[in-house]
Amino acid sequence: MWTPELKKISQIQFGILSPDEIRKMAVTKIITADTYNEDGTPIEGGLIDRRLGTIEPGQRCKTCGNQVGDCPGHFGMIELARPVIHVGYAKSIIYKLLRSTCRACSRIILDSITNKNYHKQMDEFAEKEDLKSASELIKEIIKEAKKKAECPHCSQPQYKIKYEKPTSFFEETPEGSVRITPSEIQKRFEGIPTLDLRLLGIDAHHSRPEWMIISVLPVPPVSVRASITLESGVRSEDDLTHKLVDIIRINQRLRENIEAGAPQLIVEDLWELLQYHVTTFMDNEVAGIPPARHRSGRALRTLTQRLRGKEGRFRGNLSGKRVDFSARTVISPDPNISINEVGVPEQIAKILTVPERVTEWNIEEMKELVMNGPNPDIDEKKGVSQSGSNYIIRPDGKRIDLRFVGDLNKTAEMIDQGFIVERHLRDGDMVLFNRQPSLHRMSIMAHEVRVMPGKTFRLHLCVCTPYNADFDGDEMNLHVPQSEEARAETRVLMRVQEQILSPRYGGPIIGALHDYVSAAFLLTRKKTLISKEDVWQLLLAGNYDAELPKPAIAYPEEFWTGKQVFSLLLPPDVNVTTKARTCRKNELCKNELCEYDSYVYIRNGLLLSGVIDRRAIGADESESVLHVVVKDHGSDRAREFLDSLTQMLLEFLSHEGFSLGYSNVNLPDEGKKRINMLIEEKENAANDMIEAYRRGELEPLPGKSLEETLEMRIMSILAKARDSAGRVANDYMGISNSAVVMASTGAKGTQLNIAQMAACVGQQSIRGERILRGYRKRALPHFKKNDIGPVARGFVRSNYRSGLSPTEFFFHAQGGREGLVDTAVRTSTSGYLQRRLVNALQDLHVNYDIIVRTTEGDVVQMKYGEDGVDPMKSYHGRPVDIDTVIEEIISSEEN
Amino acid sequence: MASLSKDKIYALINEREERFPKSIRTDLFNKLTDVPDLKEKLVRKILDSVEDAYLRSLVEPGEAVGTVAAQSIGEPGTQMTLKTFHYAGVAELNVTLGLPRLIEILDARKNPASPYMTVYLEKQLSKDREKAQEVQRMIELSTVESISDDITVDLALMQIKITLNSVLMSDKGITPDLIVEKLSKLKKGEVLQDQNEIIVDSKDLTIDEIYKLNEKIRDLKLKGVKGITRVIMSKDQELDEWVLYTAGSNLPDVLSISGVDPTRIKTNHIQEIRDTLGIEATRQAIIDEATAVLQEQGLDVDIRHIMLVSDIMTQDGNLRQIGRHGISGEKESVLARASFEVTVKHLLNSAARGELDKLRGITENVIIGQIIPLGTGTVDLIMWPGYQKRSDQTEDE
Repeated sequence: MWTPELKKISQIQFGILSPDEIRKMAVTKIITADTYNEDGTPIEGGLIDRRLGTIEPGQRCKTCGNQVGDCPGHFGMIELARPVIHVGYAKSIIYKLLRSTCRACSRIILDSITNKNYHKQMDEFAEKEDLKSASELIKEIIKEAKKKAECPHCSQPQYKIKYEKPTSFFEETPEGSVRITPSEIQKRFEGIPTLDLRLLGIDAHHSRPEWMIISVLPVPPVSVRASITLESGVRSEDDLTHKLVDIIRINQRLRENIEAGAPQLIVEDLWELLQYHVTTFMDNEVAGIPPARHRSGRALRTLTQRLRGKEGRFRGNLSGKRVDFSARTVISPDPNISINEVGVPEQIAKILTVPERVTEWNIEEMKELVMNGPNPDIDEKKGVSQSGSNYIIRPDGKRIDLRFVGDLNKTAEMIDQGFIVERHLRDGDMVLFNRQPSLHRMSIMAHEVRVMPGKTFRLHLCVCTPYNADFDGDEMNLHVPQSEEARAETRVLMRVQEQILSPRYGGPIIGALHDYVSAAFLLTRKKTLISKEDVWQLLLAGNYDAELPKPAIAYPEEFWTGKQVFSLLLPPDVNVTTKARTCRKNELCKNELCEYDSYVYIRNGLLLSGVIDRRAIGADESESVLHVVVKDHGSDRAREFLDSLTQMLLEFLSHEGFSLGYSNVNLPDEGKKRINMLIEEKENAANDMIEAYRRGELEPLPGKSLEETLEMRIMSILAKARDSAGRVANDYMGISNSAVVMASTGAKGTQLNIAQMAACVGQQSIRGERILRGYRKRALPHFKKNDIGPVARGFVRSNYRSGLSPTEFFFHAQGGREGLVDTAVRTSTSGYLQRRLVNALQDLHVNYDIIVRTTEGDVVQMKYGEDGVDPMKSYHGRPVDIDTVIEEIISSEEN
Repeated sequence: MASLSKDKIYALINEREERFPKSIRTDLFNKLTDVPDLKEKLVRKILDSVEDAYLRSLVEPGEAVGTVAAQSIGEPGTQMTLKTFHYAGVAELNVTLGLPRLIEILDARKNPASPYMTVYLEKQLSKDREKAQEVQRMIELSTVESISDDITVDLALMQIKITLNSVLMSDKGITPDLIVEKLSKLKKGEVLQDQNEIIVDSKDLTIDEIYKLNEKIRDLKLKGVKGITRVIMSKDQELDEWVLYTAGSNLPDVLSISGVDPTRIKTNHIQEIRDTLGIEATRQAIIDEATAVLQEQGLDVDIRHIMLVSDIMTQDGNLRQIGRHGISGEKESVLARASFEVTVKHLLNSAARGELDKLRGITENVIIGQIIPLGTGTVDLIMWPGYQKRSDQTEDE
């Protein structure tokens, strides 16, 4: 019978190992600074002693008898001839203790009364669990204690202690500066009473300060410092092993010298050397000493380096782990799948597996999957392999690799209830899909698998926004949940349709984009009339199979408007009033009579007026038609709506035709002339300004120098030049222009982009100023020194259509480069900000009482967001869309 | 059919005071009073419907609101410009904006790059240009250097000679007598005035000392508030009032100047607000400042996320930074701290202190491979199929 795993780690106690513990823990003393014998067997008492655990497959550990994966490794030890200081504690603790305890009697240099008082305060803080005040108090105690010149307990004079990086301490006695040896420190620390230690912030129960002086060095098990065998058969030892070799060697020499009664000087030198090696064994990046190096000159990666940093143990292996059942490949678009699907290449589907338990109900199906094996035949209808399986796991836990099974049919007959079949990924499986950087939760969403031919992941274009993906070579990751629990959570919480609304602003983040928006506009504008045949064609693509409404035009031929066709896809009771993006924001809105058809009015699922563009169905648009559909009809209906709408729009656009070309940004000669004149006029104005400045007639703006004033004014004149040139260009471009369609519907591009293509690119700038760098007093050698006219300082009067002059081109490249650098810098700074934010806030969650607490139990907010409303479920931040509620109730009352 | 009175609508809404947050109640009141021909039954129906919708929009227990807030603020960070300076209120003042400013706010910096204040005046003064100017002079810091053309040290005579600029002086409302008075207070020699020149005669000083004195005189405050280098006056068209914008911030000192309206004064220096006005004001200031930065960049972020960040920064009454020296560094768990920054230091110190990690946070449980106490992990329910109570088991489990 299966029982749940109930093992749980409830807490972790930190402390320092005492020499006794180290000795008890060790399986052997390590005495030889060598690894292998000549015959290749590990030396007993050497660094690879068999008792330290095993790393070779097939071999059993001499201590625990387990094989590789199961042997945890066992510690050894080195008895140091003389104790050394632990670098990590030198400054932070040893130094403090030396200064605040008596050199003779080891007590804190405070009289008994003060001592008692501090204890009382400490008790209070401990009771309140006020760690912060406690650590403040400790600081104060240390400060007080080190002030005293004489010990109140034994009346011994106290001397100033000097610390020298990284591990030396000196006492400034009247006779001069005397070094305090680690042995001396150890002796002093041994005498510090347990109660006193408490006042110094040390828990003597788990860590006596004398243990910070190392007299027995634990030798980490071999599994911690696994050696690798190169292809040539040469063994290469781990950095830690190298370091341990050094330590043993010096330790040996030190011991021999002491035993031989060598001069004090030599012993001290060797002692110092031992200290160095132990120091670098702990941390090879200590300030003040050169790092220990490998023979090749590379600095060794010792204990501290292993833990620290992004690729260190903590961030690299513990907080973030590598996983199985994942895949990664290039992505490409597929408008014919649903937004919650992902196209998975056949090759990947045959490697990733889902474990499925054989039951009474699925046994036939499972048998077939086993029969199909790891390499099933092609399914002719789909063009990809049938689903198969890679492994089966017997109830006794034995795993059978189907690649090596002779007769799959026989194996299939063998399976029974309780077996687990690891079957291939197949259509309909829920998988997680992810694109880095994972900046928000919509960066990982659950999709349904669609196994497809080809080698790329296929995804619907609408989900590009949440992933921030494009198809210029982006790669994405896919993960297969392995347990029923994980799959359930995945399906309920992470599916694409559950993520349509962004918790960032309470509006849809998934929606139509680019051509879908242009198509929606072209379809729903007033002049679009569609014949019966074409309507059915569109509705077929849109997956609509109900009655057609009455045609808008009945005679001489039946025609339907685009608005009617669009309405058919809407849920029947949608009510929305909004303004399209093409709205000119006139002071008096003519509502339905708007000449630009910008008043979007939907009642009972019928688009009565207004054109559909980005504002209504686009991604990143709140309070839109799409938003209302999601909120009132649920995410599944919204998904259907988006699926059918996008496919219909695509069908429409491929019939309608939509393209952008040279002619779209070309102007009649008259327009070109007008723009030329306009720019010339502004350039002259700028030059006049410069003249005025030269004559000293320019008045400075308050708080600005004359030069700054001139720059500001020129910049504003030239900015106006570009803007008005753009406006002139706009006069010659109507809504029949594809570029204008895209810009005004919000499909892609802006008015500025059009202006730059058709009229004038405008001023290029670096750091918000006109360009001036590279040469002395000029931007390029083509200009005279001190020329501050528009053209010499990066004003590009040409447009992209006519092309840029060589100097303009260079200025433009300079401005463009700044943009690139800016992006590169920004990603790293904002990435770090994000990491800090997440780290600071990740423990917060809402409890059943809507109180926000940290996982430690501290209250942060008494009611989440002051009203308890989930931003994702809000209507663009507001808890309830009151207007609509009132309107609906009133109108239902009237009927 | 008479419409309901405002009072009646108000009363109807307030019947549900306990059930609706204030924002909904005010919103409802404003909107319902605009509707013609309301009947009580209809209002009740609307209220029911609103209540329904409100209950549906509540957060779910267990929701990781912290992470969502962090992501919602961090993610738009990638879209922000790095461009530092922009103009605020008046064209003359440069203010840090965009990503650098957001980082500054969350870092709870003691010295923000561009502190500034908006000083409103008491209503009776605010319309009067002259009076406003008076206040301006009281606030703007004037030093000896800022009103003099030249300050020289004459080593032969052991004198410091200050040449005054009368235009600047009258602009700032400073008289030579004031300067003489202030200089005399230094008690570093005799102060003589000769028309546009002031001479400090200090024969007793050494050369070193006279140079030091020179520095001291240059920075000697004559008038105004420490830290405020410039004050710009500008007319707020909407309020029809004169408003002062200052470069530099010194909330406590400016508050004590008469004529300043203490209820409307603003500063962007959050730490200063903490020290002067306390933690509640600080919380609001963080929300306002962060919202302003995001809004200026055209980024749409729900205010609840910003409130949550502000709340945790001000949770214990102090202003805590988002990061190693604040919230992340003060976490209870050793593993959580070690996995953020300065890993080794945290491990070593926790060993010395004999710390106990209760493994209650997120990071710790990720590290040890257990289910995190958040989201679906908050639910502690164990299904044990086939479990049968053994007879020897006691009740208290």
